[in-house]
Amino acid sequence: MTQHTRATSEIFTPSGQIQFGVFFQGVNAGTIWKAPESGSQTDFESFRRIAQTAERGLFAAFFLGEGLRLREHLGRPHALDVVGRPDAQTMLAALASVTTNIGLVATQNTTYNDPADLAHRLASLDLISGGRAAWNIVTTDNAWTGANFRRGGYLDHADRYKHAEAFVETAKRIWDSWETPDGPARRVLQQGQHYTVDVTPRLPRSAQYRPVLFQAGDSPEGRNFAARQADVIFSAHPKFDDAVEFRKDLVERSLAAGRGANAVQIMPASEFILAATDAEALEKKEWVRSLQIGPQQAVAYLEQFWGRELSAYDPDGPLPEIDPVVEETSETRGSGFHGAKARQLADQWRAEAKDKGLSIRQFVTSRTARVDATFTGSYTAVADQLAEYARVGAVDGFNISPWLVPTGLDDIVNHLVPELQERGVYPTEYRGSTLREHLGLETPVRSSDGAVGAVRA
Amino acid sequence: MTNSFTPGFLAIELDDAGWEGAEISRAVLAAESAGFHAGTFTDAPAPGRANALQRAAFAGPVTRTIALVPEVDTVYTEPFHISTQLASLDYVSGGRAGWIVTAAESPAAAAAVGRSSVTGAALGQEAAASIEVSRRLWDSWEDDAVIRDVATGRYLDVDRLHYVDFDTAVDFETPAGFAGAGYSVKGPSIIPRPLQGQLPVLAPASLLGEVSADAVDAVLVSSPTAELLAAEVRDVRGRIGAPVAVVAELDVVLDSRGQAAGERVAGLDDGRAVYAGSADGLTDFLSELLKEADGVRLHPASLFVDLEELGRLVLPELRRRGVLRPPTPDGTFRDLLGLSRPASRYATTAAPAGAGK
Repeated sequence: MTQHTRATSEIFTPSGQIQFGVFFQGVNAGTIWKAPESGSQTDFESFRRIAQTAERGLFAAFFLGEGLRLREHLGRPHALDVVGRPDAQTMLAALASVTTNIGLVATQNTTYNDPADLAHRLASLDLISGGRAAWNIVTTDNAWTGANFRRGGYLDHADRYKHAEAFVETAKRIWDSWETPDGPARRVLQQGQHYTVDVTPRLPRSAQYRPVLFQAGDSPEGRNFAARQADVIFSAHPKFDDAVEFRKDLVERSLAAGRGANAVQIMPASEFILAATDAEALEKKEWVRSLQIGPQQAVAYLEQFWGRELSAYDPDGPLPEIDPVVEETSETRGSGFHGAKARQLADQWRAEAKDKGLSIRQFVTSRTARVDATFTGSYTAVADQLAEYARVGAVDGFNISPWLVPTGLDDIVNHLVPELQERGVYPTEYRGSTLREHLGLETPVRSSDGAVGAVRA
Repeated sequence: MTNSFTPGFLAIELDDAGWEGAEISRAVLAAESAGFHAGTFTDAPAPGRANALQRAAFAGPVTRTIALVPEVDTVYTEPFHISTQLASLDYVSGGRAGWIVTAAESPAAAAAVGRSSVTGAALGQEAAASIEVSRRLWDSWEDDAVIRDVATGRYLDVDRLHYVDFDTAVDFETPAGFAGAGYSVKGPSIIPRPLQGQLPVLAPASLLGEVSADAVDAVLVSSPTAELLAAEVRDVRGRIGAPVAVVAELDVVLDSRGQAAGERVAGLDDGRAVYAGSADGLTDFLSELLKEADGVRLHPASLFVDLEELGRLVLPELRRRGVLRPPTPDGTFRDLLGLSRPASRYATTAAPAGAGK
């Protein structure tokens, strides 16, 4: 049987199901803070409410991002969007005590952590939560973020995936190190270009063996990295045709990496705007967009790319005719600025906005709103759409960013989930107690004692 | 003691509960219902020990009175992460978080992160720097920085956010290598100001010197024997002055279930004072000790065995004698230590009178 399991098969087979995750975002324009029902972004009750609603809706996972430096705008902290968030693992450990099934996914950076320390903390979360932890692996390389860390920004951009991969492999060896649930632990020794680690790990394997690994990179290197290392890729391709294309690409990469065609699952980022009818949903969308991208946010968005103040421009008028500041300055770091391409980009945007007759605000809304990632419609129409994703296996699930905190999942759980269950494409119960079980992932095979660099203590 | 005597508080170390959520809940709820004022979590690298801060965080939502105080190392950790994690613990516990600062003198901890071992004066210097970074970051968002001003479209008032621009200025006193390198932290924090403004910071008396008494809210005092403990508390209090709480450290082994404490005492060898004996004897001992110390932290030899005896026999009698205060539901850890909520050091408006550090 193990020869022909879904995970090791060379042929991709759709599971016929989709799963949901929820991404509680601490920093973005997508979360509406201006509505009367907008709740706190930091109070524990907001996190509890969303996690428990998600669990009521049988969501596989609750995601948190990681903050390493506050976003800046023209040299000062960005003031217009929600900002300020807790440490992911600390919050998830607390949520473990008020939930029983949902997976707990912490985004953690490989650049500003040490492998032995991070592996230990993730193993802790995995044990405390009874096998529900996951790590969303991200990398950063800029000195601007490094200014908050004693190690600084020491990484070459070209090296960041090599660095991340060495980190992840070390973490896996640390999680593999207890020979039985009672020990003894093997010493993990690594003396490499990227890390020097010499540790006898303190914790045994969890109920799901080790934390599930998520990865979010979309570049070819990022995809290959996911194909080699990850269990789930948190993709940027929710649109049906893109999703199918991305699946094909990832299956090829997984096979090339020596893993099965079904080894890596796909959960694109997404947003849902739902109502009883399509017409009501479209109306709701107008309201959501108007609160996500206000006039000040629209101008500020352009300022990030122009590298200069544009407050004199009317958000309901055309794009600024003034040219961007071309050189990359410290004032634009941490934003969406793309260096010397700014002038070219501005020309392009002005032409596009003029063509389509869009104001600054309309243009920015069309760019920043999760246009491709938004499912808008009646509960039944969206359920039909998602059933098609499940049927062909375009994705394994969706990672949903609610646009309201903490009530943003209520519609989805109360109305969309039952529709999906009726169509037989959504779980009707948790399959087990661990995240690995919810996702239908296979238990990792323990690496051999002869792994490079591994020595017996 | 004078008539102004304030009844003391008791903390209990909860490590024996292990890593399973259900056991952490059982232990912390038992400690809370017994009337302990604080539960502490050790982070020394012992086999089978899960991260202290996460265990404390797990305990946050299931309790409402007991303070939750993890040890967090300052030598082999990133100060920015520590600050964020501790502030987050304050949020998930509703303002009941504290921090026991440790400075690991551990070649194993150094090897795990590929650094050379930090020793001597540099340990205290690392601790002092890390405390200062956390305190500045906790103040870097003023209390009212999140304004949600719909009219101007501003979620934040950026004038109420501050760069902390911390710099150790010099390297630590350590032989060559990264371990001794000084560092800087820019800020602001990634999370708004903790609910308590500043979390209470506790440090072992051994770090005082390099760590200024002004930088901490409580000092943990150990002595080799129980007989010497009260004198040691007096001595430390004399050295550091009034505003810092002094907490005595005591290992406890009680007679229980027909087994004399003496039979269970073997295996305790951590250099701390030990009380082994009857519950009545411990009650008398703590009654005297709490006249000198603001609080006592108990390290039970066997958590669930000793906790039951403590809750049944010792704490009720201490409260009856008036040497132990009753727990305050919904109080913060600062409240317990008698500390007011301080204004941010960066506050642009005048600090309220009487604000602490």
